[in-house]
Amino acid sequence: MKPRHVGRIGVYTFLAFAALFFLAPLYIMVVTSLKSMDEIRLGQLFALPQHFNLDAWRTAWSEACTGVDCGGVRVGFWNSVAIVVPSTVLPIGIGALNGYALSFWKPRGADALFAVLMLGAFIPVQVMIYPLVKVVAAIGLFSSLPGIVLVHIVFSMPVMTLLFRNYYAAVPAELFKAARIDGGGFWRIFVQLMLPMSTPMLIVAAIMQITGVWNDYVLGLVFAGRDNLPMTVQLNNVINTTTGERLYNVNMAATILTSMVPLAVYFVSGRWFVRGIAAGAVKG
Amino acid sequence: MNPPRSASGASPPGGQRQWPGKAGSTAFAGWRRILRGLVPWGALLPMALTVLVAYLGATLWSLRVSMSSARTFPSDDFVGLAQYERLFDNERWQLSLQNLALYGVLFIVATVVIGFLLAVFIDQKVKGEGALRTVFLYPYAMSFVATGLVWQWVLNPGSGLQQAVRQMGWPDFTFDWIIDQDKVIYTVVIASVWQASGLVMALMLAGLRGIDDELWKAARIDGIPTWRVYLSIVLPMMGPTLATVFVLLFTGVVKVFDAVVAMTQGGPGTASDVPAKFIMDHLFGRANLALASAGAIVLLLTVLALVAPILYARSRGRSA
Repeated sequence: MKPRHVGRIGVYTFLAFAALFFLAPLYIMVVTSLKSMDEIRLGQLFALPQHFNLDAWRTAWSEACTGVDCGGVRVGFWNSVAIVVPSTVLPIGIGALNGYALSFWKPRGADALFAVLMLGAFIPVQVMIYPLVKVVAAIGLFSSLPGIVLVHIVFSMPVMTLLFRNYYAAVPAELFKAARIDGGGFWRIFVQLMLPMSTPMLIVAAIMQITGVWNDYVLGLVFAGRDNLPMTVQLNNVINTTTGERLYNVNMAATILTSMVPLAVYFVSGRWFVRGIAAGAVKG
Repeated sequence: MNPPRSASGASPPGGQRQWPGKAGSTAFAGWRRILRGLVPWGALLPMALTVLVAYLGATLWSLRVSMSSARTFPSDDFVGLAQYERLFDNERWQLSLQNLALYGVLFIVATVVIGFLLAVFIDQKVKGEGALRTVFLYPYAMSFVATGLVWQWVLNPGSGLQQAVRQMGWPDFTFDWIIDQDKVIYTVVIASVWQASGLVMALMLAGLRGIDDELWKAARIDGIPTWRVYLSIVLPMMGPTLATVFVLLFTGVVKVFDAVVAMTQGGPGTASDVPAKFIMDHLFGRANLALASAGAIVLLLTVLALVAPILYARSRGRSA
């Protein structure tokens, strides 16, 4: 029995140290955000705050400055919400529609198109970004909310289409045939039969899109325009473009605030989040 | 509008029932069939446009621009591969490629090793598995920007880890990689490994759980030590999972941009520059469209060269 005990202790020790490594940054973020600047200057990274105060959070939310604008990350929060909602609903709708058409209707040539789309998932953003700026500008949507949403639709299409195509591939063909014989047309079968059956995949896709779009930086930076900058861009501006002394407590509070939405999605969704990773990973 | 009845009269009024076999028996119904056949294509129109304009069109456009002398605006001249020669003579580009290679190798190796170890240890029927999984994976839900900013703070020598350890009684402790030109890229590796190891853990754990219990029973009967089974039997069995992990991590490596911008802004100087940042700077800051496009195409070719063999092997494996 003895060697087994040693083994168990080893397993738990390793896991405990690993957990500490993964939790440390979160802990440091939280305690730093609750300290005053005087306390931070003492340089005790791991110490708990002596006086619990939320001033830094208030400042980060509504007063922190990016250059001359001092509105906090609040503006970015609402911009991100405005971007995320349509950039979740539309790509999922289009992805489900693509997957449905590809799996059941199989129009001629569509599979070739799908193959190119899958390859497209591997094209680095930098290859496409300038041509897309030109295209989006040509249709008058550059630096606007519809513009950034359109770009999110484009970049999420490979994964969204793949998710639903694979999901519908597992639906028995007989079900579709029966619906056809009962007189169901293209749209009716999609809306009344397939979509209601897709709830699990809709949840997985929504989790992926909400976290992915919320965490996007480069697309928001280029396409959203000054008035729609997402929270990630604003956060980076608050922290990396400030002049004078850096207010670390405010910075950490702003970082936590920016991470709040995807973390909340993660903690609430639990295994669904992992399922999304596994399903999206199939693209490899 | 009511659709016309088919000649046989089999459809009830209103066309609620369409018998596919008989729908084409009149010319009118034939037209209807053609129109109906177009519906799926109509639905796929957004996808077709995306593929043709955004993916193929944009890539070809970048390829074309990379062979011109465009600076702020696209230009129509053709200079062959001159931009590529300039690109590879550019010291900043060379440095960014070296950084990418170093970062890529270290990041992928470290993430896979740590992720695999975490998965194996969690797989030992430990208590609190759910909590541990949550702890290891939560960084993956955070943005690269937030990750970069947190680690910038932790690794900042003046106020972060170095200072904290000095206060604890090791006054000579030094850990200032983030301001060291030769070591700064390693700090980006640390932050990225922290962010992505949980992802590998989750995928590997799913792979481990898919392994037949019989294998473990057989190994126990033969008296093979557990670590040996993992290394010599289980790991080779996880080939497909490893390929997935590699492709995911590799596409992440090529894209690395946000984390560098947030953590070091490419500095000190240009010491932690990466190709994606080089390209973005030359597209939008330095107005050197052609050079940036050449860089983007090089990046694309790198991805294809490394990912294509894996995809090819997989598609063969699937059809076999």
